[in-house]
Amino acid sequence: MMRRLTQILATLGLLSLAAVALAGPPVEGAMEKQATNWHAIIMFCIFVAMTMGITYWAASRTKSAADFYTAGGGITGFQNGLAIAGDYMSAATLLGLTAMVYSKGYDGYIYMLAFFAGWPIILFLMAERLRNLGKFTFSDITAYRLDQGKVRTMAAISSLVVVCFYLIAQMVGAGQLIKLLFGLEYNVAIFAVGILMMVYVTFGGMVATTWVQIIKACMLLAGGTLVMILAFSQFGFSFQTLLEKATAVHALGTKLMSPGSLLAEPVTAISLGLGLMFGTAGLPHILMRFFTVTDAKEARKSVLYASGFVAYFFNVIFLMGLCGILIVGQNPEFFEGGVVGGKLIGGGNMVAMHLSKAVGGDMLLGFLAAVAFATILAVVSGLALAGASAISHDLYARVIKKGTASEAAEIRVSKIATICLGFVAIVLGILFEKQNIAFMVGLAFGVAAAANFPVLILSMYWKGLTTRGALFGGYGGLVSAVLFVLLSKSVWVDVLHNPAPLFPYTQPALFAMPIAFLFAYIFSKTDSSVRAGKEIDAFDDQYVRAQTGFGAEAASKH
Amino acid sequence: MSSVMYERMRTNPKFQELVARRGRFAWTLALVVLIMFYGFVMVVAFNPASLGQPVGQGSMWTFGVIVELFMFVFFWILTAIYVRRANSEFDALTQEIVKEAWKEKK
Repeated sequence: MMRRLTQILATLGLLSLAAVALAGPPVEGAMEKQATNWHAIIMFCIFVAMTMGITYWAASRTKSAADFYTAGGGITGFQNGLAIAGDYMSAATLLGLTAMVYSKGYDGYIYMLAFFAGWPIILFLMAERLRNLGKFTFSDITAYRLDQGKVRTMAAISSLVVVCFYLIAQMVGAGQLIKLLFGLEYNVAIFAVGILMMVYVTFGGMVATTWVQIIKACMLLAGGTLVMILAFSQFGFSFQTLLEKATAVHALGTKLMSPGSLLAEPVTAISLGLGLMFGTAGLPHILMRFFTVTDAKEARKSVLYASGFVAYFFNVIFLMGLCGILIVGQNPEFFEGGVVGGKLIGGGNMVAMHLSKAVGGDMLLGFLAAVAFATILAVVSGLALAGASAISHDLYARVIKKGTASEAAEIRVSKIATICLGFVAIVLGILFEKQNIAFMVGLAFGVAAAANFPVLILSMYWKGLTTRGALFGGYGGLVSAVLFVLLSKSVWVDVLHNPAPLFPYTQPALFAMPIAFLFAYIFSKTDSSVRAGKEIDAFDDQYVRAQTGFGAEAASKH
Repeated sequence: MSSVMYERMRTNPKFQELVARRGRFAWTLALVVLIMFYGFVMVVAFNPASLGQPVGQGSMWTFGVIVELFMFVFFWILTAIYVRRANSEFDALTQEIVKEAWKEKK
């Protein structure tokens, strides 16, 4: 069934690509500001209809809690690899990173490598242990041999914080995009995304979310590649020509291809590198995807495929951003009031959209806009599911009900939680309207790296970790990371309008991660309680299961 | 029951072999990635100008672009190498260990 569906989807993807390719020459001329783009609306409606169909199908297959959280654990490595790539390459990637390359050049490429470099590390050190030990959420692993109530509460809280930060970036991207294309109010756009997401997740659970991710990943890869090829062809596919022209017109000049203002001082560069690399390994919605595959073998394959797609697409984006410097940045049509070098119509994040219009006309713009919507919806759904499972599986079923909750009740709670998270996302999206979205994602990663990653990796590798150590480490990392972000320029000055930041750096990871590790170490070492002794003894069995997968959650049969 | 099984696996010399071999392999690859990546980050932090240098006279290709492109490809190849070996050699060994633990049971 799944295989046939994959084939159908692949065919559809190719057909839509062909339709776009046949759409004809670029339409030049004055673009009415925020004119309704029917191509985009139609293509987006097709996507929504298709995914609603899948959600309907998925709803009929989502009966148990395992179906809801992990699609029954029956996803293949290739499917999951695509879905992970879909989860990971958000609207912030497509819009924010293209914009970053457009305005900062090489700095954007450094960001991308840092986003990518976490994947091999996840594979080598984490993937198989995650699959062998986990069930529905990554708290299953941190709480495996520790105090269920306290450790799960901690992990759930830090998951929710990361989810909220990440949601901001997605919602802001959605609002700006819809505003640009439909002339809709920003707030209305935000509501639309929030509500669609609630439908996918509450009715279709992980099955629907996974297929939304897979379709969207295919669309994103196809759309991005097409825009890149069309744009790059204007420079005869010569990187040399492209850069000669780009450096000649860009405000940064020859500095365009050197590390520059974003990473001006060493502390920021190192902190960003740590945050992006280990943040990937601490994102709850990504970690959750490792529980959807049948076994450790498929978990490893997932990473192989996912990292391949991610690496490829980042390089596509790099080229798109550079081409944008010339094709978008030199065209008055894309600037407010027609002033080249002024403010881009729709805001700085819209470079990728303008580029697609410039090289492929309204049809391609429509397609890429639909892709961007789809991307936002898919990522938001994945986040909501991860957040909802932290609430229902960790907090409700294990902490409040202490494992006595029925599956039906647990699923019901997670649906309610999804709806609540949808509203939280809407409110946050409205509050943070003006932020650069790639930057917001950077912050989400920083918090994930400090709050989730240290305790998770210690629980898998360090026998000596006790409940007390895990709690101090987890809360220490979470509180310090959030405080550093709150007191940094991006929130303290830009959002709260204070004159000067209290924390001088914008990236928290370099400071918050050591705090987390140190706290976990010190408070475990000094824990001489009887319980701590038992927890340490329990590591041996956990270790064998982590290594061999014996006793791991099996895929449920369909 | 599980605990007994885990005990049997743990005492199986093959388990020690699996852990040692896979651990060594995984950590070696991880260290390669970490050293290369953070080496690169250190260059970005302390000698950013060097990355902006062109690779040749009149060329627009800079060292920075070449180095990053290389890392994208190389890191992915490392993941492929790991998956290949883990999914064949290490998984076969794991299955043997589990099978032997079951056999001992009867």
